[in-house]
Parts: sequence; C-alpha cells; structure tokens
Amino acid sequence: MSEAHLISPSKAVEARPVALEAKGVWKVFGHGAGAFGQLPASARTPEALASAKLVGAVQDATFRIGRGEVFVIMGLSGSGKSTLLRCLTRLIEPTAGEVRYDGADILKLGDKPLVELRRRRMGMVFQHFALLPNRTVLGNVAFPLEVQGTPRAEAEARALELIETVGLKGREGRFPAELSGGQQQRVGIARSLTTNPEFWFLDEPFSALDPLIRADLQAEVLRLQKTHTRTVVFVTHDLDEAIRIADRIAIMEGGRIVQIGTPEELVTRPATDYVRRFVAKVSPARVVRVSSLMGPFGGGGVTAAVKADATISEIAPELVTATGPLAVVDPGGRQIGSLDRQRALATLAAGA
Amino acid sequence: MADILARPDGVAAWRRNWAHAVLPLAILAATLFIQGPLAHLPDWAVVPLADWVGGGLNWFAREATIGGVKVADITRALATAAEMPIDWLKVLLAEGWVTGAGFNKMHIAPPLSWLGVILATSLLALRLSGRGLALLTLLAGAYLVFFGLWLSAMTTLASVVLCVITALALGLAMGIWAYRSPGAEAVLRAVMNIMQTVPVFSYLLPTLLLFGYGPSAALFATVVYALPPMVHATVLALRSVPAETLELARMTGCSRAQTLLKVELPVATPRLAIGLNQVVMMTLNMVIIASMIGAGGLGYDVLRALRRLDFGAGFEAGMGIVALAVVLDRLTQVAAHNQSTGRRGLWKRRDTAIAVLLLLVPTAASLAVPAFATWPDGWTLTTAPFWNGAVSFINQNFYGPLEAIRTATLLGVMNPFRDLLLAAPWSAVVLLVALAGYALGGLRTAFSVALLMLFIVVTGYWEAAMSSVYLTVLSVALALAIGLPFGIWVSAHPRLHQPVQLVLDTLQTLPTLVYLLPAVMLFRNGDFSALIAIVSYAIAPAVRYGMAGMAHVPSERIEAGIMSGCTPWQTFRFVRLPSSLPTLILGINQTVMMALSMLVIAALVGTRELGQEVYTSLARGETGPGIVAGLCVACIALVADALLKSGAARAARHEGAVHV
Ligand SMILES: Nc1ncnc2c1ncn2[C@@H]1O[C@H](COP(=O)(O)OP(=O)(O)OP(=O)(O)O)[C@@H](O)[C@H]1O
Ligand SMILES: [Mg+2]
Repeated sequence: MSEAHLISPSKAVEARPVALEAKGVWKVFGHGAGAFGQLPASARTPEALASAKLVGAVQDATFRIGRGEVFVIMGLSGSGKSTLLRCLTRLIEPTAGEVRYDGADILKLGDKPLVELRRRRMGMVFQHFALLPNRTVLGNVAFPLEVQGTPRAEAEARALELIETVGLKGREGRFPAELSGGQQQRVGIARSLTTNPEFWFLDEPFSALDPLIRADLQAEVLRLQKTHTRTVVFVTHDLDEAIRIADRIAIMEGGRIVQIGTPEELVTRPATDYVRRFVAKVSPARVVRVSSLMGPFGGGGVTAAVKADATISEIAPELVTATGPLAVVDPGGRQIGSLDRQRALATLAAGA
Repeated sequence: MADILARPDGVAAWRRNWAHAVLPLAILAATLFIQGPLAHLPDWAVVPLADWVGGGLNWFAREATIGGVKVADITRALATAAEMPIDWLKVLLAEGWVTGAGFNKMHIAPPLSWLGVILATSLLALRLSGRGLALLTLLAGAYLVFFGLWLSAMTTLASVVLCVITALALGLAMGIWAYRSPGAEAVLRAVMNIMQTVPVFSYLLPTLLLFGYGPSAALFATVVYALPPMVHATVLALRSVPAETLELARMTGCSRAQTLLKVELPVATPRLAIGLNQVVMMTLNMVIIASMIGAGGLGYDVLRALRRLDFGAGFEAGMGIVALAVVLDRLTQVAAHNQSTGRRGLWKRRDTAIAVLLLLVPTAASLAVPAFATWPDGWTLTTAPFWNGAVSFINQNFYGPLEAIRTATLLGVMNPFRDLLLAAPWSAVVLLVALAGYALGGLRTAFSVALLMLFIVVTGYWEAAMSSVYLTVLSVALALAIGLPFGIWVSAHPRLHQPVQLVLDTLQTLPTLVYLLPAVMLFRNGDFSALIAIVSYAIAPAVRYGMAGMAHVPSERIEAGIMSGCTPWQTFRFVRLPSSLPTLILGINQTVMMALSMLVIAALVGTRELGQEVYTSLARGETGPGIVAGLCVACIALVADALLKSGAARAARHEGAVHV
C-alpha cells in the first residue's frame, strides 16, 4: 500500500463524525412483503424474493454518511435510488433495517417526533419541483415555515433572503407557471433550505432540466454547500453530475448497492464489471486527485505549487507550463509532497 | 395487420367463430318452439317488488319513527328549512320583499333590478374572459328580459344557485371522505354508478313522497342528482395531486388539516372547477325537469306550454333555458380554464365595488322607475304567434310529406321492430344477451348481465322494457349512422374541428327538455317525435367519438399503411378503423347512455315504455312502480354498458389504447 493512499480523500471523509447511518435497510414491494421482512437476514436472498414474487426495490443497504458529506446515490432507472432516499426520510416505511440519525433509529420514532425531525432538520428537493401552483414564489418558499406556525413577517423575511440567495430576487411575486424549469427548481431549492436543515435530500433534482441549466444549478448546489455545510444525500442517474458534486458515490444495481467510494476509487478500482462499464467513459484526469499521484517530498527543483485535493484535470494549466516536478501543498499552504510531471501528464492523456 | 398475424392459427379461429355463429342461431331457431312461461312470464310469477317498495316507502314517509321522532315530522322540518333559503334568494332575485297579500300587499324592498344583475354578470364575464363573453351575457340577459322570462329565469337561477352550493359542500365532503378511505370509496362508487344510470324522474319520486309537492322536494331531488358527479370529480381531482406534492407536505411536516387545506385542495382546484361546471349544468337540467314537482321557473313555462300545445311559448321559454344554460356554462368553464392555466388576479377589488354599484344603482332607481324592477308586461316582445304560425304553416303545407315520412318510418321500421322484440320469448333474449356477455367479457360479464335482465323479467316490466329497448336501439342506430360518419369526415378537415367542437359543447349543455320542442312542433306526440328527440340529443357523443377515434390513430401506422401502398380507402379500412375501434365502441356506449337518459324525458311526448311508466307513476304519485321501472331502465343501461365496455376492452387488447 503506497504512502499516497493513506491520505486519500476517502479516508478524510471517513474521519468525519457519522451523521446518518443505514443498517441492513430493505424495502420490498408486493403481497407478503411484511412477512419477508420478518425473515432472518440470512434467509433474505434474491432467490427467496423471486420465489415469493416480490420486488426488492432496496436490498440490504448499509452505509454511513459523515457530517457535511455529499453522498450521491446513483444507478440506472428502476435500480431503487428513489426508494432508498425515501427510506432514509421514512417517506417510505422500510421493510426491515435501521436508519440512524446521530445514532438514533428514526424507524422507532412516533409520529410527533418524526414530524418534528422533518420540520426542523430535513429539507428535500423533488425531481418535478412539487411547487404549489396557487402560491407565488414567496408563498412557496415561505411554506415550510408557515406550516410550523412561524409568524408571517418572519417567515417572509427568511424566504426573501433565500430567494435572493438562489438568484430569483425580483421574481418573488410570480406564480410557478410563470417561471422556466430552471427557475422553478431554484424555488424548490430555496424552499428546501428555508428551515436551514442539517440534512438535505435531493431526488434527481436536475433530471427534468436542460444540460446548460443543469450545470448552473449544480454549481449553485456546490456554492450553497460551501457557505453552509450540510449533510447531503443526492440521487442522480447522471455520472457526470455525480462526479462533479460527490464526496462519495454509492452505485446501485437492481436494488443492491454494488460499490461505495469516492469518484476516484470508482474509476480507478471498480469493484464489479457493472461498475467498470458504468465508469468506462470517465477520463481518469477528472477524478484522480493530485494526492493519489503524489510522491514523497524530495526537496528542491519544484516549479509550481498545486493543491493536494485538486483533480489532475484541474491542474492541467500548471502541468503544461511546468518544466519539472510540482510542489503539492495542503489547504494550509504547507508543502507535503511533490508531483512527477510525466506521471500526471500520462493520467491526463489517458482519458482524452 | 392483425389478420395477417392471426393466420397461422386461422383454422382454430375459424372453428371458434363457427361455434359463435351456430349457438345463437340454434337459440333463435329454438325460440319458435318456446311456449308458455318461458315465452311470457305468467302473472303469478311476477314478484310484486313495486308494491313492496311503494308500501315500504309510504310506511317510511308516513309512519316510521327514528328515535321517537316521526320521519314525516323530520322531512317536514327539512322541507321548511330548505324553503327558507330558496325564498330569500327569490326575494333577492325575483320578487322583492313583500308583506301582506291582496289589497294589503306592500312592497318593502324591490328585487335586484334585472339591469343590475345583467350588468354585474357581464362585468364578471368581461373580467374572466373578455368582450365576447360579456356581449353574450348581455344578449342572453336582454332576451330573458324582453321576452318576459326574467322572473322565471331568476326562479330557476335561485334553485340552481342553492342546489349547486349544497351539492358542492356535500360533494366535497363525501369526496374527501371517499379519497381518504378506500372502503368508503368502493361503496360510494357502486352507489354512484347506479345513481348515474337511474333516470332523472326516479329521483323525483321519493323526494315527492317525503317532502311533498313544492320547491324543496325539487331541491332535494336535484342535490341528490348532482351529487355523484361532484363526489366523482372531487375524488379524481384529489387523486390527481402528484405524489411528489404529497411528499412535500409530509417532508414539511404538514398536519392532516394542513395537507388538505394548504396542499391537496389548492392543487386540485383546477380539476374541481371542471367538476363544478358539470355540476352546474346537471343541476340546471334537473331543476328544469323538477318543475314537474313544483320547482317553477323556466321548466314550468315549457311544460305548461307543451300541455296547451302552445309551441311558440314553449319554444320561447326553451330558448330562455338555452340562454341561461349557455351563460352559466361559459362562465363556469372560463373560470375552470383560468384556474388550470394559472390565470389569476383577473377580478380586482375595484371590480367588486363596481359590481356592487352596478347592482345597487338600478335597484335603487327602480323605486322611482318600476320598469327597472320588473319589465312591464306591455313592453314584452313575443314571437310565439310567429312560431305557432310557422308550425301551422308547415303543418298545412308540408303535412303530406312530413306525415308520409312519419308513417313510412313507423309502419316500415319502427313498429315491426317493436313487434319483433315484444314477440321474442324472454328466456331466449336473456340467453342470447348472456351469450354475448360471455363472448365479449367472459363468465362474470355473462352472469351479471343475465342477473340484470332477470330483474326486469321478474318485476314484470319485460314488455315495457322491450319497448324501451326498441326505441333506444333505433335511435342509437340512427344517431350513429349520422354521427359517426360525420365525425370521421370532420376529423379529416382540421379547419372544421373548432366550430364543430363548439356546436357539440353547446348541444351538450342544453337541458334535455329543450330537445323535445322541435320534434313535437313538427311531428306531434308519439314514438316518432321521441325518436327524433332522442337522436338529436344522442348524436353529439357519436360525432365527438367519431372525431376522437380518428384523431388518435398513431400517425406512424398511417404512414406505414401509405408506404405499403394502401389507397385512401384501404388506409381507412385496414389502419384507421381497426386502430380507432376501441374508441368508437366507447362512443357507441356513450350514445346509448345519452339515448337512455333522453328516453325517459321523451315520455312527455307520449311514448309507451319504461319511461312512460315512470312518468305516469310520477303524475299519479305512485312511488313503487315509478322506482322499480326506473331501476329497470338502469338495468338496461348497465347491461349495455357491460357489453360495450368489454367489447371496447377486447378491441383495445388487439389494437392498443383507447382515446377519448
Ligand atoms: N409502490 C411501489 N410498488 C411496487 N413496486 C415499486 C413501487 N415503487 C417502486 N417500485 C419498484 O421498485 C424499483 C425501484 O424503484 P425506484 O423508483 O426506487 O427506482 P429509481 O432508481 O428511483 O428509478 P428512476 O431513475 O426511474 O426514478 C422499481 O423496480 C419499481 O418498479
Ligand atoms: Mg427515482
């Protein structure tokens, strides 16, 4: 095991405190799903599912999400992404398993505390926006606060603040039907953040939008994430999108999570053929980080400094202008190693 | 396409078809030998259900007590309670506030001036839609005023407003309940399905018995009649709320009440508005019919004129109904349309002020100028003599040809067909229909169809039912023969779509009573007039489905046909017709349903069938026979519905989706 691997971003993520944890979560649809959930874990096999004519939308999902992490669930249509996300928020009641927020299993919560949890700590963005057509932008964004009984003036002040944040200032009096798709989803984003939630759930928020607007909104999400770090669960079927915003990605196939890892791990070390085919078109330079290629700090002869957590494609300009090895620095600006220019250029060329 | 694919097992198919053909033929042949009770049910075998129902209801209305309180007292109290708001509305719209009677009669306050009501409504039309609708409202109002129909129209409107509000409130409540609890939904749906096929007169009978002749009986009958579509619309509207929106409600922690009031109802409003439009139109239709049991208003004017054979006056009042119907329909439709397209804020606070002014100023002025309150009799226009003259003119000059058409149809087609149906042994007919049910929908359909038919047999209405079937079959055949080809022809001419749609929409908003008038004017009472009236009422769905069926044939299939070298006729025969078959069959179904609902109204022009049974029982106040005969009409409707729906489903399985 190389020294470089020790400081891979994945490790950094795992060092965060666990905020949300799924343990053996199952969601089975069909007649007799409840009985299936009662079976011992070892008896819940794909064969048992098939013989009982059940759909295993989510099968034995187990993972931990660190505080402030952006966790992306990805997979083809019908692989169970939405169902898994809804199990995490308990919009869908899981057939079996545990969903722990800061260690407490929400599947054991009564109605009241669950409502409280959703009101105060969760926000959700929907694929088809789910705006209320009879309310203005302002009314929509203030809605979650209104439901909680926040005084109107206070709710609207907070809503206006968010409307400005997502760049819709001046349009607060419009109705959803008078906005473009991208603007509507900005409203959806603003609404999901009105209560300033710790947990932010997004179910294919940009699938219904054009590629250009999609890129804008991805940037928006990253920007919002920079100012207020939240624990994000983001569902998408678009690998580019996932790579762009994820700290870690869980890849689902037919209800099962087949691999969880950083984009770099998925591309460089796919766990199964399925994942390999999935990531085949991604150029390594987009995901491989400087820290992965970094050699020991040799001293002397370095030309330029690059950040350890930057991807190779991000430092392409420096690579082109550099003449020898580059210095690798940590976020504090301290040099922690050096990057061999030839090796980095080879990675850059690999995907092109 | 289907033919070619079917060829490999063509032999088997042929054998099956052969069996299909031989069995009915065998039954038909057997009918010649069927005698005795299997041909005509003897009297002793008839279940006196009508007597039981009548007796039971009479007992309920007169003797029964609930918790020590007599039902009769409850209903009387309800009737009085219902009459109050009707009276208030009438005071407001039509009569003004009057105390005393005879010489002591004192006008305390005038009713809202006709001028004010018309102007305020036109303002509403202007804001909601635009100048066109405002003008239409003005014209309709002017017609009602100038022809001396204003008072009747306002009496009708008062009933409509009250019934709509009541049906809306009850329908929403029941709809929400049905939406929330699946068990309740199943029960409600079953009840509603039957209620929608029971002829309108049957609603009048129990309410007449319970509440006595008068506006409140009409009110209750109308509300009961208009409730099913409102409940249905509410359930559908609530179901249409997207799953994500409901999830939003849960994620933001809405309580049940918040979910309903802040999310579900507002999101469902556009669809609810469409339901409201339907309820308003059904209410109007029923209020017109309910004038038979004392609702008064325009319907009463038409009925009275029909009884006096004063076709001119009847026609004028009928046109008044049309005017009212068209304005009500357009206004509610525009409102629904605005809701669903998100056009909001059209009606400003200032408009309310203007409307109040428009209402009050002429009303106040009417204290000085009585003509603003009630249009003086001396100034009313009438075209009644003209129409009566026209009718006599036609009768004098075209009596020959008209009469020839009438007699030829009656003697050549209608009577023989009726005689055939009446002569057919009931057992054979039931068997044949059950067989058809089996062939189209399987054992279940066969069984339910047979049961429904047996109900008619054992209650002793077989002959009346066959007369109904004869009129229905002939009118449906005629309506389809004209309507479907016309619809198909129109579908090929895009420029005609919109005007034809408009005409169809308008035709379908007209209350059923209106359709009787032209038929009676030309052909007097009798089955032939009934036939004409039913055909003119039932033709709209035939045209509509003809158009819809053709419009939704996948264009790729047509292109494939053309590329395979089909002539236009071949494209029609082999591509368009099979593709649209499911839709066309549903169109036939709809035509049958419309024909059956008109059949009962046509009893007014003197037919001899189930509708007449219901109508005469209504006139005589015999509840039992009226209700049972009404149920028999419902049975016919349900049988036709079951057969045609399974036929459509079968066709759809071969040809893909149904489009309406
Ligand atoms: N209510 C339900 N009843 C039965 N099966 C369901 C239900 N909801 C989802 N499924 C099934 O569960 C599986 C996973 O569905 P899910 O909606 O989670 O997929 P997804 O990955 O979100 O797909 P998409 O990208 O299309 O949204 C699918 O096979 C689906 O048919
Ligand atoms: Mg999904």
